[in-house]
Amino acid sequence: MKILELVTGKLSFTKLGFSKLAIYVTLAGMAAMFLLPAWFAFVNSLKSLGEIQAGNLLYLPQVWTIEGWRKAWGGACTGASSCAGLAPYFKNSFIVVIPATLLSTLWACFNGYILSKWRFRGADLVFFVLLFGSFLPWGLYLLPLTRIVDWLGLSNSLLGLILVHLMYSLPLTLFFRNHFVGFPDDLIKAARIDGAGLFTIFWRIVLPTCKPMFVVVLIMQFTAIWNDFMFSLVLSPSHAQPVTVGLNNLTNSQTGSPEYNVYMAAAFITSLPTIVVYILAGKYFVRGLTAGAVKG
Amino acid sequence: MAQAKYQFRYQLKHQIERPISWLGNYLPQLAISPALLLSLIFFYVLAAWVGVLSLTHSTTFAEYSWAGLDQYRQLWNDEFWWLALGNLLKFAPLCVGVPLLLGCFLAILMDQKIRGEDALRTIYMYPIALSFVVAGTVWRWLLAPDTGIEAWLHRAGFDNVQFDWIVSSDKAIYALAIVAIWHSTGFVMALFIAGLRSIDDAVFKAAMIDGASLPRIYWSIVLPALRPTVFSAVLILLPATLKTFDLVMVLTNGGPGRSSILPAYYMFDMFFVRDQMGQGAASGMIILMMCVTVAVPYIMVELRRQRRENT
Repeated sequence: MKILELVTGKLSFTKLGFSKLAIYVTLAGMAAMFLLPAWFAFVNSLKSLGEIQAGNLLYLPQVWTIEGWRKAWGGACTGASSCAGLAPYFKNSFIVVIPATLLSTLWACFNGYILSKWRFRGADLVFFVLLFGSFLPWGLYLLPLTRIVDWLGLSNSLLGLILVHLMYSLPLTLFFRNHFVGFPDDLIKAARIDGAGLFTIFWRIVLPTCKPMFVVVLIMQFTAIWNDFMFSLVLSPSHAQPVTVGLNNLTNSQTGSPEYNVYMAAAFITSLPTIVVYILAGKYFVRGLTAGAVKG
Repeated sequence: MAQAKYQFRYQLKHQIERPISWLGNYLPQLAISPALLLSLIFFYVLAAWVGVLSLTHSTTFAEYSWAGLDQYRQLWNDEFWWLALGNLLKFAPLCVGVPLLLGCFLAILMDQKIRGEDALRTIYMYPIALSFVVAGTVWRWLLAPDTGIEAWLHRAGFDNVQFDWIVSSDKAIYALAIVAIWHSTGFVMALFIAGLRSIDDAVFKAAMIDGASLPRIYWSIVLPALRPTVFSAVLILLPATLKTFDLVMVLTNGGPGRSSILPAYYMFDMFFVRDQMGQGAASGMIILMMCVTVAVPYIMVELRRQRRENT
């Protein structure tokens, strides 16, 4: 009887004497630990500095105020002479992220399509040249990249940073190549007989059918480029830096006592776009992360 | 007359078609060439250039006077480089091992048909959507003894609790590890959940009918089936750990003193702060070698899979 009971359900601890309650308590406790930083940032961003200094750190504000948020967005100092908050940095991030995300995803899709559907001698070698890049330490390239961006005369604009993001997104080809391996060859052959060329097939047939994968990579790229700090720090002009650099400047340019409420609001503002994407498209997000993992 | 006209057309057609068909034959190669060319330059030529720099006397500016292995000798005589490597040896096992164990544990619990799985998953995984700059900014105050967890515990009555890792020179590296673990555990858990769900239920049932005990089932069926998951998790975590830079920069800035530096931070410091270009390049080459070593098993697996797919 006991065996029958086991067989009918999926393997489960509960049937072997473990309490379901213990599982819930463990999971909830872990969840609380994971949420602690978010909670800490949230409650403190909505307090006055006085209340934080008085010692209320982990609890809800006694007096709610959005002063911290307002200052982080439009008034906090991020350098010796600039006190315009994160707003301009936020805009710079979008200037970089939108073209870099769209173009890098489109390019990776195109490369993946070529390498899986227009096989030529050496296609696998080309694939490995691109793929191997994902293992290289990007920090190594910062120095030569500053030289190249200077040499191209791009050190005064964000164009250099956008191009660098494009180059170092090339290993993304992996996602599309592995995706297209399962795409039916017959469809492409039929289109070729009808006279469609390489580009026509890409625009008319391949691109419209790979939308789910495209969204996955798009979201991954958006998050990665928005969150980038290293390239942004070194390759963006000092008058137009992305928001991650802005946040770092803001918390490091303190004069007088540190304004924790402003810092926490600034951290929240910086992460807002990626958090919104994560919550709205969580499923795609997870799929992207797991699709990148190797299957042995 | 009609024949001449036809011949002319025929010739014309071939004259036009030949170059087009030549182009057509090589169109895939042409279409991929921008990506190939640019990745060759940006991934390999630039790395080679840094390699050349590591063999010169360059400091503030690149100069091409041959120094042999001097920069490497200097690097290996630098106590801070040894400190960075020692820190990496403490940091990397924690940042790979703890997320693996904790992620696997959480995944097994999450797989027990519980309510609210989606909500919990969202909570465990949100850190991966955050930049290390954001994580570092928040954790910096949370870990600081006078404003964070320690202060809170003191106020709650636990006067003897000490949690000042971030300002202690021999424990700051563990403070970095806490944040890195918090950042990646949820993601590893998601990998394990996917791995667990891909195991065929029939295998469980057969084992149970045969009378296998639960620990025995986990040990001889579930764990071996999760080997690819462990493999991919390590392959994602380990290179990320070797390249850790943002986190150090934002959370401790290498401090207190230079006690919590890691190799990637050391390289950045040499390049952009201390103007020791040659020595920075030498350290970069060592980091590159470490990353390549990690990449080899991955490449082997990918190659094997491709061969399987192509046959």
